[in-house]
Amino acid sequence: MASATTARSDALAPASGEKPLRRHVLDLDDFTSGEIVAVLNNADAMLEVLNRDIKKVPTLRGRVIVTLFYEASTRTRISFEEAGKILSADVINMSATASSVEKGESLLNTGLTLQAMGVDTIVVRHPHSGAPHFLARNLPKVSVINAGDGTHAHPTQALLDLYTARRHIGELSGCKVVIVGDVLHSRVARSAVWGFARMGASVVLSGPPTLMPEPFSATGWADDANPIGNVGPLAAVRVQPDLDQAIEGADLVMALRLQLERQQLGFFPSIREYIRRWQVNESRMARANPGALLMHPGPMNEGIEVGTALAHGERSLIEEQVTNGVAIRMALLYQLAGASATAVN
Amino acid sequence: MPDEGDQPLPQPNLRRSVMDDNEIRRALTRMHHEILERNHGAGSLVLVGIRTRGVPLAERLACHIEQSEGIVVPVAHLDISLYRDDLTDRPNLAVRPTTVPVDIAGRTVVLVDDVLYTGRTVRAALDAVNDLGRPVRIQLAALVDRGHRELPIRSDFVGKNIPTRRAERVSVSLVEIDGIDEVSILQAGAH
Repeated sequence: MASATTARSDALAPASGEKPLRRHVLDLDDFTSGEIVAVLNNADAMLEVLNRDIKKVPTLRGRVIVTLFYEASTRTRISFEEAGKILSADVINMSATASSVEKGESLLNTGLTLQAMGVDTIVVRHPHSGAPHFLARNLPKVSVINAGDGTHAHPTQALLDLYTARRHIGELSGCKVVIVGDVLHSRVARSAVWGFARMGASVVLSGPPTLMPEPFSATGWADDANPIGNVGPLAAVRVQPDLDQAIEGADLVMALRLQLERQQLGFFPSIREYIRRWQVNESRMARANPGALLMHPGPMNEGIEVGTALAHGERSLIEEQVTNGVAIRMALLYQLAGASATAVN
Repeated sequence: MPDEGDQPLPQPNLRRSVMDDNEIRRALTRMHHEILERNHGAGSLVLVGIRTRGVPLAERLACHIEQSEGIVVPVAHLDISLYRDDLTDRPNLAVRPTTVPVDIAGRTVVLVDDVLYTGRTVRAALDAVNDLGRPVRIQLAALVDRGHRELPIRSDFVGKNIPTRRAERVSVSLVEIDGIDEVSILQAGAH
């Protein structure tokens, strides 16, 4: 490719190297650590734009982004919309309840319709795992971003978690991250596990044993007796249902939202017991490393999975996660726009 | 190009040096005097280095100005990736933060870049500066002007005019980034 037209063309090469540019963001499991770092670095620049008096740059002028949400969402949808608008893209919001989906239109036909309208990027949230992959496979002209699919993945949330953690902790390699709660049903946790593990953090999952996921490998969860239970980046993932033990020495604790309807389904006996054993609060945080930080993907059940004082205290990164979410989504929209343009040429 | 048989072999000296460290130093010394002369001192200046190699150049000019005037001129770092009109042609997409230490409203901005070529980078930089505030005026300093403008843009302060062919490439190396001060021209096909 004739890239050498200016003197500085090689000075800004992304950390990901020569790999072809990514067209879709479907999961974090196919991101190399270099690619993750490139996204986080670009988010630094986006955060600077976000802090300006005039929050507007012309980068994505003339590009159309549709947010296609088959599930309720506040922060994810709005942060994608804000990210797109700051970059001067045209952002169209589509929710399943107020569209032809109500009349029974299939996901494929909705996607084909949007593609035929010249949409460049579809940001999709869907209750079924794999829906964004399905769209990506069937829509050759569109970039697809997964904004949460079923219990599978929520890669943009994981990237903003990594970004927020990096801003406070710095190098993530070797730090200890505890993810607490309903890991079994949590796409946030699934993507966060991949992301933090890929960056070299040691990840411990904690919560009611009924809400822990199946091991990622046939040989079961790794523990100190069986350290090779998992391979690859997940080798460092452990399960410790007892939160008081799990939180020892943690640098970062991520509390997951407890979906209260799970109690009726018999996953845990009572809210009171959950609070007593797995609420992340100030007294439990005292067992973690000094300066350990709290994250929560939102929306919070304050007083259930996380103590109110802690959630609004100085260890809490919850509000900053929301701000950083806009910067991360700007970085992703920017990188995908470059990739799709290159692919068309 | 189907040029059979007698195509010249790749030559080792496809790169020819056009400025060495002393010439770069003298050029910057003269440019800082010109900047001070044109603006009647350094009172309201901001030097805005365009990333990547405009930044160390802006810092060196600020250093010269401090030595001769005793005034510390603020230096901003400008990344223009988000303002380019060629997102489609650029395989690399890294953006770095723009940092501006002062409010540029009411000041004279001197944009600093290493090579002035088509003018598109400067066009993007003008848009970027515009989003940061309303300066009184904007001037342009370039270490090398190699011609071939595609936009009605000119430089106010030039280190050296170097006539080039379009197919050539001008490479600026600076100690801060590359470990050496040198400007050289690479022939077509050299990478």
